[in-house]
Amino acid sequence: MNSNSNETVKLSSELDLDRPNLEDYLPSGSSIQEPRGKLRLRDLLDISPTLTEAAGAIIDDSFTRCFKSNPPEPWNWNVYLFPIWCCGVVIRYFILFPVRVLILTIGWIIFLSSYIPVHFLLKGHDKLRKKMERSLVELICSFFVASWTGVVKYHGPRPSIRPKQVFVANHTSMIDFIILEQMTAFAVIMQKHPGWVGLLQSTILESVGCIWFNRSESKDREVVARKLRDHVQGAENNPLLIFPEGTCVNNHYTVMFKKGAFELGCTVCPVAIKYNKIAVDAFWNSRKQSFTMHLLQLMTSWAVVCDVWYLEPQNIKPGETAIAFAERVRDIISVRAGLKKVPWDGYLKYSRPSPKHREQKQQSFSESMLRRLEEK
Amino acid sequence: MGSASSVLTQYDIEEVQEHCSNLFSQQEIVSLYQRFCQLDRNAKGFISADEFLSVPEFAMNPLSQRLLKMVDGLNFKDFVAFLSAFSGKATTQQKIEFIFKVYDSDNNGKVSFNDILEVLRDLSGSFMSDEQREKVLRQVLQEAGYSKESYLMLDDFIKVLSRSGLKMEVEVPVD
Repeated sequence: MNSNSNETVKLSSELDLDRPNLEDYLPSGSSIQEPRGKLRLRDLLDISPTLTEAAGAIIDDSFTRCFKSNPPEPWNWNVYLFPIWCCGVVIRYFILFPVRVLILTIGWIIFLSSYIPVHFLLKGHDKLRKKMERSLVELICSFFVASWTGVVKYHGPRPSIRPKQVFVANHTSMIDFIILEQMTAFAVIMQKHPGWVGLLQSTILESVGCIWFNRSESKDREVVARKLRDHVQGAENNPLLIFPEGTCVNNHYTVMFKKGAFELGCTVCPVAIKYNKIAVDAFWNSRKQSFTMHLLQLMTSWAVVCDVWYLEPQNIKPGETAIAFAERVRDIISVRAGLKKVPWDGYLKYSRPSPKHREQKQQSFSESMLRRLEEK
Repeated sequence: MGSASSVLTQYDIEEVQEHCSNLFSQQEIVSLYQRFCQLDRNAKGFISADEFLSVPEFAMNPLSQRLLKMVDGLNFKDFVAFLSAFSGKATTQQKIEFIFKVYDSDNNGKVSFNDILEVLRDLSGSFMSDEQREKVLRQVLQEAGYSKESYLMLDDFIKVLSRSGLKMEVEVPVD
């Protein structure tokens, strides 16, 4: 989730050969020439299927749609609604916002004045210290949620703290983490951020257990996989929360889940999150705004309304690959939250597609050509 | 149209419509403009090659580089004119003209053996050798009454492609 969208980093290790077939999802007709007897000049010159696909992609494509923030329809456009809206703005910015900042400040004071003593004084009593730190983190997250007037409805059984399980959820903004964390102190795996967020990550989140990754390092993947495995095995560790999409999506679609969370040999508990855009769009478009601006936007809106569903834990079926398992869980989450699935890797936001896809098209074209050349 | 403001006036729409020979309806032009602004991230008034390539479906197309040369840096008016060949209202001749332009990369009005070979190379990649490509091309050219030294003009393209029932249409999503 770094803001430098011009980085074209090649993550060829991400786009594995064992991904489900992209061709099954793409809408247009195939560019495979239908075998229709002998090869003629017009078959060779007729590149219209390939051109049509390219033009179709230029005009509209399912990947860009995932990251489009859809602004709400303006409703304040007439003579008596406009003053009402103006009053609303005044209330939100000059009454609600200062109150919320106050609540948040009080929350931080309470949190820090409890956390720092607990962290240092209870050094020897690890179990008690961890328990208190967990509760304190849940507390500060509740304060955060209150500071945007978060109206969160939780459905389903609350997560139990057991070993050998991970939680996966769809990702819309970093506030997903805060909303889930206020209910259960999860350990989290995150991209290391700069600025004040990074500071929070390295101090407070350390206490609930955190794993860092660096999206731009391809070797990082193996290291992270190992850290994940170690964490899940440890009985003392907090349950791990993973966002397998790897990037923020606009809460209308889900992109492909990375298989890392699904090959740890443990139970996967899906969590679906759906935001109601009635007051504000919670999608953090990291290309358009920084996290601070995003938080400020939330804090000057009426409320953040969302539903969280804790769904039935899933285990990998015998004979199922990690990727198929990931797709199955993605299906469960997408259906529950009413999201459409697209076959794209979220990391394509930061890098180009692997040449493998183009090569598939080239291969089928070549085979068809050569076969038809032989026909009489 | 000047620099890309995010509001299109009726006059702008009519100007663009005229420029694309009325092949798109006014609603389609508005949709295309929304798309143009979406791809043109910093409102420069044109879409750079990099921004086109950020659409994965386009980047994986074998002819993407060729098309990129034609569409890179176009302003909105020319962008719509470029896409007009894919409108449902475009005639077969207009579509064939577009295909001819894709082949005629040096814009000299004629397509040589090598021009066709280049496109074939894009489409087949490493799955056909140069010898195989030349063999295929020479064979079909000969059958159609041309030779390796022939230059194909637009009329030749029209003659060869008119009968094959060209299907080259993209629907512009209109909200």
